[in-house]
Amino acid sequence: MSELIEIAGLSKSYGRVAAVNNISLKLPKGKIIGLLGPNGSGKTTLIKMLNGLLTPDAGSITIGGVPVGPGTMARVAYLPDRTYLAESKTILQVLDFFCDFYADFSKDKALSLLASLGIDPSVKLKTLSKGNKEKVQLILVMSRNADLYVLDEPIAGVDPAARDYILRTIIDNYNPEACVIISTHLISDVEKVLDEVVFMRYGHLVLYTSVDNIREQHGKSVDAYFREVFAC
Amino acid sequence: MAWDLDSDRPIYLQLVERIQMQIVSGAYEPGGKLPSVREYAAEAAVNPNTMQKAFSELERSGLIITQRTNGRVVTDDVELIRKIRDELAQEQAEVFLRKMAELGLSREEAIGVLRQIGGADNE
Repeated sequence: MSELIEIAGLSKSYGRVAAVNNISLKLPKGKIIGLLGPNGSGKTTLIKMLNGLLTPDAGSITIGGVPVGPGTMARVAYLPDRTYLAESKTILQVLDFFCDFYADFSKDKALSLLASLGIDPSVKLKTLSKGNKEKVQLILVMSRNADLYVLDEPIAGVDPAARDYILRTIIDNYNPEACVIISTHLISDVEKVLDEVVFMRYGHLVLYTSVDNIREQHGKSVDAYFREVFAC
Repeated sequence: MAWDLDSDRPIYLQLVERIQMQIVSGAYEPGGKLPSVREYAAEAAVNPNTMQKAFSELERSGLIITQRTNGRVVTDDVELIRKIRDELAQEQAEVFLRKMAELGLSREEAIGVLRQIGGADNE
């Protein structure tokens, strides 16, 4: 299996708090990987470094052999954990914005996904429900043809039916040559679509293994195993 | 509809069991074409890689065959399908007898119960 992402000795602190502490990890392409850990375990910090939005204090990350920077940003599709789009814009304006920004963005694909949901692209973002806003943002990300998709809490705060839609959209649209990283604490909802999981705690890497390995070795779901490992 | 899967057993094994069931029950006929990995994965709402693993497992058992030009098909070896169906039936019968034993019924008594129900259905 060829490695897409290579992380070596990666650390990042905020003041005296080490958010990510000396993590080394290699992740292959073609997999859907869950980035799991309790609140404050460093998931979002790691994700922001993968995107080049934060600079590591130490260590390195390469994506497809290229150090994270302008060269990788064009190849990484990122869904942040909060809205960043201007609420006063219409969906169509946002689509054009994405066309300008990302050479790998397919407007046709985005429009057909929106149509499948019955969302009118001429409406302003602020008129959308929370669930629909999440779906629109996911559609924007999944309509890119990237090497790496990084989804930070894509199903937080939406109802179970919308979660199913979001997970299905991820499965149906990701490119098998790409890698998808999903960070979440709603493990039971996503574990059916994950190949592998990375457990983090206090900025450390606790475990990196496959979902079926956990089920085979421990006879329990990833969700149940997570509760055991991170029991308070 | 997403498939109902147990949370404590490997997912690919459960997919193998489900597809086996669909084949031995005749939902997919001998020699008939199967949906693609992607279609199947979308139907089950699981990861396509996991579905691929289940397909590989079924290929190893000979139940499904990959044709270069025609995608995946069910084997036309009716004997093999019947053999696997008999194995699955036997497993289920063992489970039944074990549960009856837990209730304190002997094998004979358990079979008696089956006859009774079977007889009632025929009336």
